[in-house]
Amino acid sequence: MSETKNLRLGEGLTAACLGLGLILMIVIAGKTHDGAMQFHAYLLAAAALVAIAAIVNRFLDRQETDAWRTGESGYNLGVVKLATVAAVFWGLVSFLAGLVIALQLAYPAIDLDLPWFSFGRLRPLHTSAAIFAFGGNTLLATSLYVVQRTSRARLAGDIAPWFVVWGYNLFIVLAATGYLLGVTQSKEYAEPEWYTDLWLTIVWVVYLLVYLATLMKRKEPHIYVANWFFLAFIVTIAMLHVVNNLAVPVSIYSTKSYIVWAGVQDAMTQWWYGHNAVGFFLTAGFLGIMYYFVPKRADRPVYSYRLSIIHFWSLVFLYIWAGPHHLFYTALPDWAQTLGMTFSVMLWMPSWGGMINGLMTLSGAWDKLRTDPVLRMLVVSVAFYGMSTFEGPLMSVKAVNSLSHYTDWTIGHTHSGALGWVAFVSFGAIYCLVPWLWQRKGLYSDKLVNWHFWISTLGIVLYITAMWVSGILQGLMWRAYDSLGFLEYSFVESVEAMHPFYVIRAFGGLLFVIGTLIMIYNLWRTVHSGEVMEKRAALLQQQPAE
Amino acid sequence: MANKEIDEISGVETTGHEWDGLKELNNPLPKWWAWTFYASIIWSFVYFLLYPAWPWFGGPTKGFLDWSSRGQLRQELNDARAQQQALWDRIAVAELAEIRTDPALLEFAMASGKAAFGDNCAPCHGSGAAGMVGYPNLNDDDWLWGGTLNDIHKTIAVGIRAVHDETRDNAMPAFGRDGILQKQQILDVVGYARGLSGQTTAGANLDDGAIIFAEQCAACHGEDGRGNQELGAPNLANGIWLYGGGTEEVIASIANSRNGVMPSWDGRVEPTVIKALTVYVHSLGGGL
Repeated sequence: MSETKNLRLGEGLTAACLGLGLILMIVIAGKTHDGAMQFHAYLLAAAALVAIAAIVNRFLDRQETDAWRTGESGYNLGVVKLATVAAVFWGLVSFLAGLVIALQLAYPAIDLDLPWFSFGRLRPLHTSAAIFAFGGNTLLATSLYVVQRTSRARLAGDIAPWFVVWGYNLFIVLAATGYLLGVTQSKEYAEPEWYTDLWLTIVWVVYLLVYLATLMKRKEPHIYVANWFFLAFIVTIAMLHVVNNLAVPVSIYSTKSYIVWAGVQDAMTQWWYGHNAVGFFLTAGFLGIMYYFVPKRADRPVYSYRLSIIHFWSLVFLYIWAGPHHLFYTALPDWAQTLGMTFSVMLWMPSWGGMINGLMTLSGAWDKLRTDPVLRMLVVSVAFYGMSTFEGPLMSVKAVNSLSHYTDWTIGHTHSGALGWVAFVSFGAIYCLVPWLWQRKGLYSDKLVNWHFWISTLGIVLYITAMWVSGILQGLMWRAYDSLGFLEYSFVESVEAMHPFYVIRAFGGLLFVIGTLIMIYNLWRTVHSGEVMEKRAALLQQQPAE
Repeated sequence: MANKEIDEISGVETTGHEWDGLKELNNPLPKWWAWTFYASIIWSFVYFLLYPAWPWFGGPTKGFLDWSSRGQLRQELNDARAQQQALWDRIAVAELAEIRTDPALLEFAMASGKAAFGDNCAPCHGSGAAGMVGYPNLNDDDWLWGGTLNDIHKTIAVGIRAVHDETRDNAMPAFGRDGILQKQQILDVVGYARGLSGQTTAGANLDDGAIIFAEQCAACHGEDGRGNQELGAPNLANGIWLYGGGTEEVIASIANSRNGVMPSWDGRVEPTVIKALTVYVHSLGGGL
């Protein structure tokens, strides 16, 4: 067959859409009076231009009409590589931003009087970079890898998977630069403005379609448990994102918009979103990672199929109700507070189902913890998961919450989950993925993984213990009355009392950053000078087994 | 494909599925896990019966305990008020001097004044009332508008250059910005003013400074520079400088004027709290 090569339909349509987008962005950039909008419009225009060039380039590079059919019949690992690299990059960004704001809390002068360097702008940069950039890219990499391997099918779509990963990272760049320029709709973990939200919606729907289509063409009779969790994560995040961000823009030329919700309804919608970002992004999604990488690395069967079913359905059913526990003792009606608390308590065991399945999968393989630091990282992440998901329901009990709310205890709780569970399970997965994706026999150095593990673990322990002490101290100072019934401490006295703990916390964060730098060096050496896998083994890695 | 097999290590049967080499054991739910789960569900249903819980036609279920967070708050506030009411009532009618001499009233006023100070005054004056540049130290005996109980009470109530009909107010001219004095003249008068507390200023002609001071400053700050609390004119001779006593700072004060602001607390806190604050602040460094 030697026909002339053709531009594929998908390529053509994508390029056409990008072209229209390019024109629209140039119009917006020309007409807006909003400096930040202009910057973002130019940024999007540049992105569209680069994407069009990439499509043209891809077409020109293609050797034969139907070569892609054979050449690309294996797994699509390119997008997985891209998302893995992005995850590592954004991880470092978010940890550094976290370190800077931790230092700013301890030493406020570090804001240097620069608006873009102030706590208020760097804090959402840190949280979004950690959750959405680092966590999100890790989820993209792992979910797109796992769905292919456990379905024995190549990712659906030709350009679509690339659109998802590049588009998602473009969303992150829009969000992050927006924060620095002061563009925010002031909703925690949902700070990006309307146009960034719209863009994410498009990307996310394509992600869902790619994922579903890949599952539909699977060659396995059943869907593996990891995919249930990934799918629950993708579907629920789509719903949460759209409902919480319903807004009316001031104009198409302005970054500013107004949320359609008001008052306590807005607060409730926000925390329905906020808590389930934790529940479905940081819990369900990362349980998907756990369900593939822990049994794979331990080379043992998953402990209990029945437990995985029960805890999956109870987790997704109960989690969605738990949001009101962020709004105890506020204008939120009592009945909603009751539901938030009780569903949080009922959520305890469903959450622990994942921990049990993760830890018990190691029965018969515990000895591997001594020799395999990557497995150790994965297992410790599951232990932190267990600790955080016990602490969560505990803090959801109103009596406990009356002490813990608005204090650093919450920050400590978040970070035992974020650093101990999310980051560690991500590191473990990335340490597995990089040699697989770049066809290396193994990591450059297990010893460095060990150093990463211990330095980071020490950092986490310093971080969360400092925040426990400071949080409980804060809570007790705020509620201390003297014998005549007057407050014992002023607010600023409680702020002064936090200082030593903020210094310890920043030091813990520094250790975590050092651990990450060690990981990056190790991964770099693995890719650039690691021992290459034998061809046969590499081929097996790339092709769906028949 | 679906080959159930016995796992060698655990002796448990697998489900017979396999994905990318991954299998699943068919272990039952751990008993303790299931029972804890059931217990948390039962506990929740009991809680639903006792407390407001489910939205329903005509309003949410109220629960058998008839509890509400607003009711609890009202109760706690009432209890707290009842504990303090007798003493508040006495503060309300007592003269300021009386509060200072009655041990029970004094203890109460000092405790409530300290709490109110921490909440309202500490952001500017510091939690130890030592002030900072632009915000007076309340521990020393230098008072801009007077340090007696009545003076302090009035300052707190009406504020300084605040939004209040009777607010304390004065306006020192911006001698440099408004072109009243030339650069060298300002330096000369700065030299004279700093000289009152024994400091020397390079480049200042003190004789010229004395003449300018007598013409421009003495009306408010006094011929000897010891200020006038009636007008809120600071004492320039005691070495205490609200905005700093270095040459540059004093030049800036004279050239541009300062006109600091303190809010009026009348209407923002209870009159009794203003009284308690007065007694507390007076105890720090007040005079007769």
